Amino acid sequence: MHIVVCIKQVPDSAQIRVHPVTNTIMRQGVPTIINPYDLFALEEALRLRDRLGGTVTVLTMGPPMAEDSLRKALGIGADRGVLLTDRFFAGSDTLATSFALSQAILKIGETWGVPEVVFTGKQTIDGDTAQVGPGIARRLGLQQLTYVSAISEVDLAGKSITVSRRAEGGVQELKTALPALITMLEGSNEVRRGSIGDVLRGARAELVTWNAAAAGITEMGNCGLRGSPTVVKRVFAPKARATKAVPIETRERDAETIAEDIIAQLYATQPALEAELLRTAAGY
Amino acid sequence: MGTAPTPAAPSRAGMKKELPERFKSYKHVWVFIEYEHGEIHPVSLELLGEGRKLANKLGVELAGVLLGGNRAALQEAAVQVWEHDADLVYICADPVLEHYRNEPYTKVMTDLVNTYQPEIFLLGATVLGRDLAGAVATTLLTGLTADCTELAIDDEGSLAATRPTFGGSLLCTIHTLNFRPQMATIRPRVMAMPPSAPGKKGRIIEHAAGLHEIDIITKVLRFIPDRDSNKAQLAYADIVVAGGMGLRSPENLQLVRALASVLGGEWGGSRPLVQKGWMDADRQIGQTGKTIRPKVYIAAGISGAIQHRVGVEGADTIIAINTDRNAPIFDFAHFAVVGNAIEILPALTDAFRKRLSVNRLAG
Repeated sequence: MHIVVCIKQVPDSAQIRVHPVTNTIMRQGVPTIINPYDLFALEEALRLRDRLGGTVTVLTMGPPMAEDSLRKALGIGADRGVLLTDRFFAGSDTLATSFALSQAILKIGETWGVPEVVFTGKQTIDGDTAQVGPGIARRLGLQQLTYVSAISEVDLAGKSITVSRRAEGGVQELKTALPALITMLEGSNEVRRGSIGDVLRGARAELVTWNAAAAGITEMGNCGLRGSPTVVKRVFAPKARATKAVPIETRERDAETIAEDIIAQLYATQPALEAELLRTAAGY
Repeated sequence: MGTAPTPAAPSRAGMKKELPERFKSYKHVWVFIEYEHGEIHPVSLELLGEGRKLANKLGVELAGVLLGGNRAALQEAAVQVWEHDADLVYICADPVLEHYRNEPYTKVMTDLVNTYQPEIFLLGATVLGRDLAGAVATTLLTGLTADCTELAIDDEGSLAATRPTFGGSLLCTIHTLNFRPQMATIRPRVMAMPPSAPGKKGRIIEHAAGLHEIDIITKVLRFIPDRDSNKAQLAYADIVVAGGMGLRSPENLQLVRALASVLGGEWGGSRPLVQKGWMDADRQIGQTGKTIRPKVYIAAGISGAIQHRVGVEGADTIIAINTDRNAPIFDFAHFAVVGNAIEILPALTDAFRKRLSVNRLAG
């Protein structure tokens, strides 16, 4: 079985700061990590491989330094890392990104065998769009399975897969044909720590690095800014609230007095609230 | 302004608006009406409110798009769409569309767009809406902006879709200049629910899907409804109490739940609580969790990181309790309580319980 996992190297959002004057992201010194949602996809891929045999290829598109994330993924247990990097990809929106990744997946398929499953995370923590997974599925004609929480059955001979998928108000159990694209829901598995052997192998491994041409991409108009229908016109900081919060005195007061003050001020702000709360409490 | 050609090439090729001839006939604003288990998802009605404003600005019609398995049920649901100010409703009834599946829904939506050519197409950023929007936009090769918090029409008549970026530290305005439709998703509760006009009528256009179950590869084996249906209510609750790291231990979340229960509201928490494993991700409030618009929001021990702020700004009244007087939450709260949430929450619960039960007996 051949499984491809798409990952993205992202800045650790907890440490992002915005320059107070220029409103630009201060990337310098911000550590990069594998998009946390992608780790659940990687873990699920490794579990499938461990159960059914085969290989896991990890693919990322990004600047040359994104190889760090590939090495980390190899350190967790992936078999092969492919870095797709080219200045023509700069400025890609989700449509252009899904084009480049889908072309690279085709090339991976030609080189090491057509994957039965392509995984992505649910979304990234920097873009938060959840659009690239479905984009890859459409471009490659794969069955699209998003927000998957569990894979209950894979039948390689019968080319089918059964999964549980988060839907509105419940869980759908779906059966579909392979090849499929799965976006994995967070928390659906516990991501393993790589063995020391894997970590060392990851650090030393020879990565596969492809530019657009090496990945077999000829339609450059579909890449980067040119291939992106969306355009960012303006970036700005959120407005501060005009009025300051009304302080409720807490010094040298006990919790009961503070609580009474909070309720009094709240009821004064929302005169209809008390009656509504009473109705709710009375079970109307 | 004006139609004179700009002499200098723009620095970024895509920044220039040159709408191809084939897209010039694309008109009207569409909202995907999420209809499942016999109900319209409230986010669809919220989007009709936004769609109406955009349609008025452009001087075009507002349409809802309803897909499902039962024609009579869809016609009934269309009434609700009219009452939320849609001029017309596209209905596509086919047994294959009874339960949401990506493949047939994407096919029907793509066909509808290609046939009736809307210029703007809005969907709720629910699990269904996101699954569908990504596939439809890629098939149509058009732009899609996720999780917008503000929609407007610019001077050139383009959709200006604003969304938070980098965890909400910044906002960016995104345009789809040269492709149609301009697609956007908006999360539940980001937009206010518009008033409905009972009795308001509109038109229906029925579209034949021409689907055959045998062609659809994915099969729904089972649907298991959520046991804790309250989780789904969090976004729509009138009263929300939430806790943050200031609670110091997962056990203290009980204080949050107790206050929410006395007030007949819902409870949740900030992102670090999910990361620490103190509670389910379904209860997370903030940009990457639920967006809420309650009448009252009580934030206990939540510092108010920007990504949290984005999810709660629509609340009518925000009461923040935090020991740190410099916590960012006090920058957007309405009432600032500088104190220990672990002590104040139980006092607040007791005080509300007394008031609400005594008065109930008296009344």
